[in-house]
Amino acid sequence: MAHRFSAGPHTSDSQSRQKGAASTPAAGNGKNEQWGGAVAPGMLAVALTGLVGAAVYFFVWGKWGPPAAITPVGKEVDRQYQLTLAITGAIFILAQLGLAFAVLRYRGSGRGAHYSHGNNKLEFLWTFATTVIFLGLGLLGYKAWGAVRLTPASPGAIPIEVTTSQFVYNFRYTGPDGRFGMTDPKLISPSTGNPLGLDPNDPAGRDDIVVPTLTVPVGREIDLLIRSQDVIHSVFVRELRLQQDAVPGLTVPLHFTADKIGTYDIVCTQLCGLGHSRMHSYLNVVSESDYESFLKRQEQLLRQAGGR
Amino acid sequence: MSAEAEVSARTQAARQHAAAGAPRGFVRKYIFSTDHKVIGIQYYALALAAVLVGVVLSIFMRLHLAWPALHLPFVSGGVMTPEQYEALLTMHGTIMVFFVLTTAPQGAFGNYFLPIQIGAPDMAFPRLNMLSFWITLVSFLCMISAFFVPGGAPLSGWTAYAPLSALGQVTGPGEGLGQTIWLVSIGVFCIAMLLGALNFISTTIDMRAPGMSLFRMPLTVWAWFVTAILSLLSFAVLLAAVVMLLLDRTAGTSFFVPAATVVSEQLQRHSGGSPLLWEHLFWFFGHPEVYIAILPGMGVTSHLLSTFSRKPVFGYKAMVWAICAIGLLGFLVWGHHMFVSGMSPYSAFAFSLLTLSIGVPSAIKTFNWLGTLWGGKLQFTTAMLFALGFVSIFVTGGLSGLFLAQPAVDSMLHATYYVVAHFHLIMGVAALFGIFAATYFWFPKMFGRMMNERLGKLHFWCTFVGAYLIFFPMHFVGLAGGIRRYADFTAVDYLWRLQPLQRFITWAAFATAAAQIFFLWNFFWSLRRGEKAPRNPWRATTLEWITASPPPHDNFAGNYPRVYRGPYEFSVPGTAEDFLMQDVPTGPEKGARE
Repeated sequence: MAHRFSAGPHTSDSQSRQKGAASTPAAGNGKNEQWGGAVAPGMLAVALTGLVGAAVYFFVWGKWGPPAAITPVGKEVDRQYQLTLAITGAIFILAQLGLAFAVLRYRGSGRGAHYSHGNNKLEFLWTFATTVIFLGLGLLGYKAWGAVRLTPASPGAIPIEVTTSQFVYNFRYTGPDGRFGMTDPKLISPSTGNPLGLDPNDPAGRDDIVVPTLTVPVGREIDLLIRSQDVIHSVFVRELRLQQDAVPGLTVPLHFTADKIGTYDIVCTQLCGLGHSRMHSYLNVVSESDYESFLKRQEQLLRQAGGR
Repeated sequence: MSAEAEVSARTQAARQHAAAGAPRGFVRKYIFSTDHKVIGIQYYALALAAVLVGVVLSIFMRLHLAWPALHLPFVSGGVMTPEQYEALLTMHGTIMVFFVLTTAPQGAFGNYFLPIQIGAPDMAFPRLNMLSFWITLVSFLCMISAFFVPGGAPLSGWTAYAPLSALGQVTGPGEGLGQTIWLVSIGVFCIAMLLGALNFISTTIDMRAPGMSLFRMPLTVWAWFVTAILSLLSFAVLLAAVVMLLLDRTAGTSFFVPAATVVSEQLQRHSGGSPLLWEHLFWFFGHPEVYIAILPGMGVTSHLLSTFSRKPVFGYKAMVWAICAIGLLGFLVWGHHMFVSGMSPYSAFAFSLLTLSIGVPSAIKTFNWLGTLWGGKLQFTTAMLFALGFVSIFVTGGLSGLFLAQPAVDSMLHATYYVVAHFHLIMGVAALFGIFAATYFWFPKMFGRMMNERLGKLHFWCTFVGAYLIFFPMHFVGLAGGIRRYADFTAVDYLWRLQPLQRFITWAAFATAAAQIFFLWNFFWSLRRGEKAPRNPWRATTLEWITASPPPHDNFAGNYPRVYRGPYEFSVPGTAEDFLMQDVPTGPEKGARE
């Protein structure tokens, strides 16, 4: 057994294998030339250049993109997006065109390959550069994130509770008393007109307004309190550049100040069951006076219905 | 020192065992085989079957998305219902992630080539290896059976977020028995992965040939080794999470369901659980899983770029450290899936910086790939084209990650088609390119025949262009606010206006899926009719090329190699050939340990 692993015969065996490989027909010069042809590298360079051209065209002049942001924070998110697009775009163009250049330039006609194991200076340089760029980008992104998520709503913000359930949104306003009434999960009954399970014995709840769409005054800060009754849903308004999951057991705050009157889509972005793609509502941003009349009308409807 | 004393006791025992030859009976030789090569091919066959199922599911999804009122064959009732769409979505994701992207790169190629590339006769635990394949097969059959139970397959997605997945039929069709079967299948799969990971790690540590120091291992071996460590640490957590969710469903526990959960006016009998706990446990597995799918592809790409540039890997050690860094950081970034989940916004910011950090080793790898090509003498085999395609796709899919890594930007892109574009490119397409590159490269070794280069190139061009045509437009759907996981876009006006893009994507998906016929035809035709493969058709340097094609039962016909140099000694000045194999003693001893 031992001689099989000893250096002598093994050496000659492996050397003959090395020669054997070189002289096999499949690896002969004919194949090498076929692999070194100009067609594949040419096509690849064209494809990569086309990719870069299409990407630049569609990202810079393309007609698909989000509608204009309607909050200061949304505009900040857009700035951060644009900065990230500029940086990643530059890397994208350099890397794809670098690849295209390399396959064309080194397509293997004539010249031998350059024997090199690398370059530590270059390794250090690009490690350092990418670390600074990537982490710098992340630190700059702090501003837009912190403005919503790390800063609470100001005391004057209008609190509106968002309650999700399969596959509807309900929005609750405090009414004139400025307080939300208590709810009881045992009383939840959309079929009898009490989708939130408002407790009729709590006076604070008697003037609470519950509606299926979200109406807010322009220029006022809104403090959403997002909850879910059954599974995880989500609240997403692309004009706000805001998205937040509604999680059973949690009440997650989310505040914004819309500065443009209009109607915007609220959609669910968390897979919540078979009606997920139908879970849809509207954000109506209205003038201060329209908001007042909206509240008045709702209070009137509540009185006509005999209150709670 | 005698040769026997230079290898571990386990390797000696394995050599003796392998010297006895392969079992003669058909069943022991090809079905219940303990030979890592047979098991590797079994994994490959499983992945091939799974990918066909996964692609067919996605074609049905694309059809329905493009034309929601279309009558479809095989769909009960003709027009697909939302719950049927969500079931397809769940099963497409699950089958692709678990049974294709996890099994093919690691289970198939890792199993087949890790032992040979380190000069070992077999895996450290051959029976365990056999067991892990058969358990995986049981898991796959179990998963497929979910389609055929009352209620059908689950609709909660491959992420199975609780409470949707925790409460049973009440939350939707498919959430009854279908979801339970899904969980059992995934739990069984976890066990198979844990057994496999133990085997890969032990084999790499204990079974290397004399002279095969860690820094002489091919980058493929490094990738499989680190992937196995990720599997061991992450699938253990998923197994625990799956058991907990099963208990919530069947035993009345409340790990993931809080009090006051009301579904369809029924108050659920749970209290004290947390839906976010499931998300944390799932993504603690789920993010490393992304690297489990892609690291082997990165290893293969490095290996092939060096071989077909006839040039050593640029910055071999930097590549090794980058693989290790990605492995380590891969465990610290799971929170970036949860920026808008309701977890602490402070931790979101920490996860953001850690996620951006993982871009650094990824960028190092890309730069080193370009450095490997620079000054090379490139040979455009089909395998090389797929490796080059991998680099392009990896760059494109990776850069979109820099947007999603920032919580503020993620607030507008989360759960949109932007994310679908990102993860399909970086995890799906890039990993598939790694699998295709590996197939074209190693097919001659595995089956003793060459694949057809002309068909291979046709396959490459269709797939490369097709993948971009499918997934690049998805970025714009996402930027415009197009939501993923929607069964159709008819309910919201602005979504319906994106329909031209959706139809374009569907056409591109048809064409690209159809082009995979070239691959299947090439594969099965070459199995029988391909040109006979020599030992070393690519003039490569690593140990699998010193042995016969296909290798004998013990891999080296008793001539176990001794390793004298690093894995990528191409175009060494002063040598006759442009490659120096790892087991040839003459020439410069780069990376010597002695």
